[in-house]
Amino acid sequence: MTLLRRALVATALAASAGAHAQTSTAEGIAQYRALLADGNPAELWEAKGEALWKQRRGPKDASLESCDLGQGAGVVKGAFVRLPRWFSDTRRVQDLESRLLTCMQVQQGLDAAAIAATPFGQGEQVTLEALVAFVAAESRGMKFALPQTHPEERRMREIGRQVFFYRGGPYDFACASCHGEAGKRIRLQELPHLSVNPGDGVGIAAWPAYRVSSGELWSFQRRLNDCYRQQRFPYPGYASDATIALGAYLGSQADGAVSSAPAIKR
Amino acid sequence: MSDPSRIRAQAQGSGAVVRVLMNHEMETGQRKDAAGQVVPAWHITEVTAALNGKPVLTAQWGTAIAKNPFTEFVVKGAKAGDKITVAWLDNRGERRSDEAVIA
Repeated sequence: MTLLRRALVATALAASAGAHAQTSTAEGIAQYRALLADGNPAELWEAKGEALWKQRRGPKDASLESCDLGQGAGVVKGAFVRLPRWFSDTRRVQDLESRLLTCMQVQQGLDAAAIAATPFGQGEQVTLEALVAFVAAESRGMKFALPQTHPEERRMREIGRQVFFYRGGPYDFACASCHGEAGKRIRLQELPHLSVNPGDGVGIAAWPAYRVSSGELWSFQRRLNDCYRQQRFPYPGYASDATIALGAYLGSQADGAVSSAPAIKR
Repeated sequence: MSDPSRIRAQAQGSGAVVRVLMNHEMETGQRKDAAGQVVPAWHITEVTAALNGKPVLTAQWGTAIAKNPFTEFVVKGAKAGDKITVAWLDNRGERRSDEAVIA
């Protein structure tokens, strides 16, 4: 009896020690992030983005100040947490980046298709990085509230859900393989559970973000692109409908979650 | 011309806390590019700070400092309304100086 009790106590101790090690790792990472957050270099992109938003550029020598991100021409505050949404002028559901492409083409006369085909971190993609940082920062602390009134918005959300669970590629992977249940991680990085509401400042509510490891600001499109690389899927087109649909799904799942974007990541 | 630094300076107690974010590649000279060529070292070598034009800090920096560096320091005796200037010099001889008013 005593022996059994001792064995039980020992097992319980071992279990609690294991649990403790796990929490302190997670706590350690949280602490590291908190230390970094004070000097988040994403702020540098926000400043660049704000200047670029107001700067007259492109063949039409115009600024983006008349760009409608869904809250009326030139309104930036609150736009980020309400995208993707339906736009009647383009007759499409658009996310932030595809909408910015539209504005760069319509307002400034730049070639949206050429920008979409440009690799990340080059040419006008650098402009987009700064712009998304600026637009996202204007909605920091606001709650996600994607409109779901237009049938196209609901259809895109449903397509996004299907894309999220679609398994394929050489690894037979889906977004849901990593993000479909709670408590998963890659190495020490905890993976957000995205098929439910992941909560404040997690998942879509954290991207764009500054990546410390590469010293770059990654937009949500770039985050998705890299997820597909990790799944060994072919790269989705930049600002393509499939990526917008995923954004619509993840954004509506995160309804009410507070945005912390642009956040800071390892 | 390099991009501006972001400076936040706040009066606190008998001084001010200054937080600076700088825009710099901070290449160590130890990396190679896709073609196998060494990426030449390019980093800040000296950071200086001045309060109303009077030097209050000089730091020698090297390759161990991160890209887009963040630095924070306390200036004793600084008060709200004072002007803080933060400047850097890199190994290519480029300079950048930014200023902020202590809030």
